[in-house]
Amino acid sequence: MHGICKSFPGVRALHDVSFTLRRGEVHALMGENGAGKSTLIKVMTGVYEKDAGRILVEGEAIHFRSPQDAQDFGVGTVYQEITLCPNLTVAENMFIGRGRYALVNWKRMKDKTARLLDSLGIPARPTQALSSCSLAVQQMIAIARAIDMDCKILILDEPTSSLDEDEVQKLFSLMRELKSRSVGIVFVTHFLDQVYEISDRITVLRNGEFIGDYDASSLPQFELVSKMMGRALDDISQLKKHEPPEQDCNEPVFEAAGLSSAAGVRPFDFRIRKGEVNGFIGLLGSGRSESARALYAADKVIGGDVRMNGKRVKIGEPIHAMKRGIGYLPEDRKGDGIIADLSVRDNIILAFQVLNGFFKPFTRKQAEAFAEEYIQRLNIKTASTSTPIKSLSGGNQQKVILARWLLTHPEYLILDEPTRGIDVGTKVEIQKLVLKLALDGVSVTFISSEVEEMLRTCSRLIVMRDRAIVGELAGENITEGDVMHAIAGGGEQP
Amino acid sequence: MNQTKRTEVISNSNLLLIIAAVIFVLMYGFAILRYPGSFLQYQTFFDMFSLNAPLIILTLGLSIVMIGGGIDISVGAVTGLVTMCCAVFLEFGPRNIGGSMLLALGIGIAFGLLQGFLIAYLEIQPFIITLAGMFLANGLLTTIHKDPLNVTLPDFVRLRDSEIVIQWLGITNRLGKFIPLTIKPGAVIALALVVLMVILMHWSRFGRNLYAVGGNSQSALMLGINVKRTKFYSYALCGLLTGIAGFVFILTTGAGNVGNATGFEMKAIAGSIIGGTMLSGGVGNLIGSPVGALTLLTINELIRAAGVNSNFQAIASGMMLCIFIVLQSSVLWLRGKGRFRLALPAWLSRVRS
Amino acid sequence: MMRVRLRGVQVFLPLSVLAILILINLIKGADYFSISIINGALYGNIPNILFGASELVILSIGMTLVTSSSGGQDISVGVAAAISSSVFVRILLGAGSITWMTILVAFLASCVVGILIGAFNGTLVAIFSVQPMVATLILYTAGRSIAFLVDGRLSPVLANDLTSQIGSVIPGIPIQTPILLTVIFVILFAILLRTTNLKLYSQSVGINQKAARLNGINPVRIKILTYMILGVCTAVAGFIAVTKAGRHDSVNLLKYVEMDAILAVAIGGNALGGGKFSIAGSIIGAYTIEVLNRTLLRLEVDTETIKAFKAVFIIILMVIASPVVREYVAKSVKLMRARRDGAVQTQLADGTDAARVSEAAIPTEKEV
Repeated sequence: MHGICKSFPGVRALHDVSFTLRRGEVHALMGENGAGKSTLIKVMTGVYEKDAGRILVEGEAIHFRSPQDAQDFGVGTVYQEITLCPNLTVAENMFIGRGRYALVNWKRMKDKTARLLDSLGIPARPTQALSSCSLAVQQMIAIARAIDMDCKILILDEPTSSLDEDEVQKLFSLMRELKSRSVGIVFVTHFLDQVYEISDRITVLRNGEFIGDYDASSLPQFELVSKMMGRALDDISQLKKHEPPEQDCNEPVFEAAGLSSAAGVRPFDFRIRKGEVNGFIGLLGSGRSESARALYAADKVIGGDVRMNGKRVKIGEPIHAMKRGIGYLPEDRKGDGIIADLSVRDNIILAFQVLNGFFKPFTRKQAEAFAEEYIQRLNIKTASTSTPIKSLSGGNQQKVILARWLLTHPEYLILDEPTRGIDVGTKVEIQKLVLKLALDGVSVTFISSEVEEMLRTCSRLIVMRDRAIVGELAGENITEGDVMHAIAGGGEQP
Repeated sequence: MNQTKRTEVISNSNLLLIIAAVIFVLMYGFAILRYPGSFLQYQTFFDMFSLNAPLIILTLGLSIVMIGGGIDISVGAVTGLVTMCCAVFLEFGPRNIGGSMLLALGIGIAFGLLQGFLIAYLEIQPFIITLAGMFLANGLLTTIHKDPLNVTLPDFVRLRDSEIVIQWLGITNRLGKFIPLTIKPGAVIALALVVLMVILMHWSRFGRNLYAVGGNSQSALMLGINVKRTKFYSYALCGLLTGIAGFVFILTTGAGNVGNATGFEMKAIAGSIIGGTMLSGGVGNLIGSPVGALTLLTINELIRAAGVNSNFQAIASGMMLCIFIVLQSSVLWLRGKGRFRLALPAWLSRVRS
Repeated sequence: MMRVRLRGVQVFLPLSVLAILILINLIKGADYFSISIINGALYGNIPNILFGASELVILSIGMTLVTSSSGGQDISVGVAAAISSSVFVRILLGAGSITWMTILVAFLASCVVGILIGAFNGTLVAIFSVQPMVATLILYTAGRSIAFLVDGRLSPVLANDLTSQIGSVIPGIPIQTPILLTVIFVILFAILLRTTNLKLYSQSVGINQKAARLNGINPVRIKILTYMILGVCTAVAGFIAVTKAGRHDSVNLLKYVEMDAILAVAIGGNALGGGKFSIAGSIIGAYTIEVLNRTLLRLEVDTETIKAFKAVFIIILMVIASPVVREYVAKSVKLMRARRDGAVQTQLADGTDAARVSEAAIPTEKEV
């Protein structure tokens, strides 16, 4: 069977990445955050222009200028953010933008949609408003649309993240059906079991680089996880982990019982002691960030008790957490972290300023001093303190947000992916910083996709998988292997 | 957990429309009960339609633009401009009714095309562009002719005075004379346009695309719709309707006047909103436009018939609008809780996370 | 990135426009800057401009704040001014004698009214999530009638020395009072910005509401606050307008001023979609509009046609500032530079253009 090849070497956040999809195969694309999966997909579908490299379909070089081009060519895509129109009905969403018709034949559209929905077992009616369907169903409808469009290549970007087991199985039988019709499917996901259940081959990306492609049947889960989280080419400086000193009868700095939030985190317990560094570890989508956010009340807290130093406190809004000395560095730097148009200086002083009060603005001199101090300390590369933060590189933006929270001298700091997008040298700096903070008595919760980082800094790891806590690892000598096992569900060993 | 939460058949558009229609019926019913003398006649209803035909047509046009997520506040001024230009054309220029109709359409479309291009293709904020359009139309209006201008062309006057007589509906007045129901041409045009536009928005590809664009223009783009072109057409269409409205205006009043149609844009927006069209786009059934406009007008009529200071009309309109807006907001919030949040209209904000 | 030439100086746009206009005026008559003294006060083109633009400047300041925090515009400002000034007149005339004291009290009352109006609009916007233009449409529709109700008679007249002094000149002070009032207001506002974090909070909320909240800011409170401040602005503007005119005309007081205020904000380089703002820019924008009006008059353009010119002016301005046009210009400039530098475009074997660097390919997307 001759193959459909696509290879694109050399795109900015994708260094020399190749990807080959064969007809009639399900090919999983895997990698952590920032690995480049989304970028690759977007280049494939004409959303982005590649900088260099070639795209070949059936041996011919092609060039997509827009998503429309790709669609016309037979590349169907279902993104994770649902790209349908919630204000239209299911049937309309199925057929809008396709074909050249003048008048809408509602009856025919409804019937065709009904047949399609039936054949795929999707629990929705054609005349329903899309917004009234659950997200899972909306996703299935998006998939159904792509399928109905008779594509040669189907790209599914995290299609199963909102589906339950039954729906996942339905999707898989669909995918097998498509396989038999010689459709090539690209399946981007982070659910390990699913990958093994349905894919033929797996391509792993990490940090914008192509790690390799493998046959699913010959790559053990353990190895896959290690390739994804992998050994970054760090300079392995021997950082000594900090074990908080034995303190008798002291209450944890922060303790939560039965905490759950509107972001879908199931009720969980959590505690951290003074000067301790712990972390949530697990693959993307395992619920690490949602749990961290719940601690800070970044998402609406539905239930649970929080105590600090033994006393019951109410943390319903971020400002409450801040006033109690908690800081939070969000995972989504662009969406939740930076105030893009404001200067570096303003971004650094923001949290501290809010704590200081509405009626007590810092003078320009004070603000400058604060900003300068942390620009120095964290080695932030910026033209000046007045540069808008959006012109900084991602890594430096991250340092600015870090500086923001350090400035508040928190008692407890939650860092969600603080080292993402930062160069290796700085990563180490940040880890050292975290350990120093712990030494000074600050508690830190540290989340990172890089296992070695967490191993080096955390004395306790809370392991998560598929939105639930599955275990805890503590002690001096946790190894990567222990972590991989815990995540991969402990039983699958080569 | 992943079953569809409720069996919703009524879309947001239609729900709001139903609320508007119910309120309209209530209001009109109340009017009939309170003032049977005036309101129980068919004539009153049709007169309301005739006299306010331009406004109803404008509401249609504005709803269309709003469904696409935009706004056009120049419609009032352009209508006024059209009336004056037609008046001048018919009095001083070639005294040709057909020509004046073409002129009306031409002016309307010209504004629509210009504004549409700037908004859809150059991506400039609709509010500012149509504000400029309003200024431009106003300026041109007073430049062309300042004083009220009566059209005395006999053909035109005949057209203006013509009416469709419906013999079997009518009222016997106090003197015992039977006066049949008369419908003026303006009302007919307005009615015809309502039907046409409803068909257009419900059945045509353009109409459905426009809903998609207004609902989520990013998704619409991904789904293969030419967003820019669709938006452009919506403004052009609104311009066309504005031209027609202008012609109907002068057909009804027979004169060009500097103050013609001032403030109509806000009334049209209010009428659209009351009728269930949301400013954020993607939501709105076009039947709601005449319903909304008529609701507004009924309230005003009620107030007038009650002999109340006409001053209160504006306050009542404002209150109605307030109630409707809060109602809409609450209804949609309740419906959307936990699912999706309606995006801000693109023309009022940058794309936000 | 349009103002990239004068990095960070947002006022470049309005200043350059203003400069052009003044130039046109000077060409028309070199005595443009002449000032004469009549009855102990300064008059002339410049003083007249300052005098005439007073209300607009004050309203633009408030409008800027509201735009910044809520990403939308308040179209009811003229109406709000009419309402609050009707309260002012009502209280003043009802007080029997008109003294500085009663004027002050009445003015404060009108400010309270302004704040209430602001709270109303702000609540709709911040709590009910209604778009600002729609929310303020309510008062826009009903407001003047409310004002009419309040002031009781048709255009009550303020035929009083004190009030007319406020509206024109206080004996002994060479500068016309409205100008002074505007200056004082601007100074007070500047003090407000200096002694509170209003600017930082408002900008943060406007740029990224989610991030602002995560940093402890309460977006709802900030938005309502900005609307209430705008309410105060409308009260002050109404006060000036009513004392200038000597009577309260609820229908015509500051009619159409909202459009000019929004324009001033736009000309001032502020993004109508919210976020960073420059009060200085809006102030200059307001004066620019006033100058534009007067320039057109001076060039003997019909008062009627002025609107048309204004419109064309706005359109040209907006076209130049539009992102699409900017991008096009930037690309053309790049292309021209590349050609000038004699870069040879290498073609790869499959025909792709290696020299093309697509900005869109820089992935700053969040990986989910």
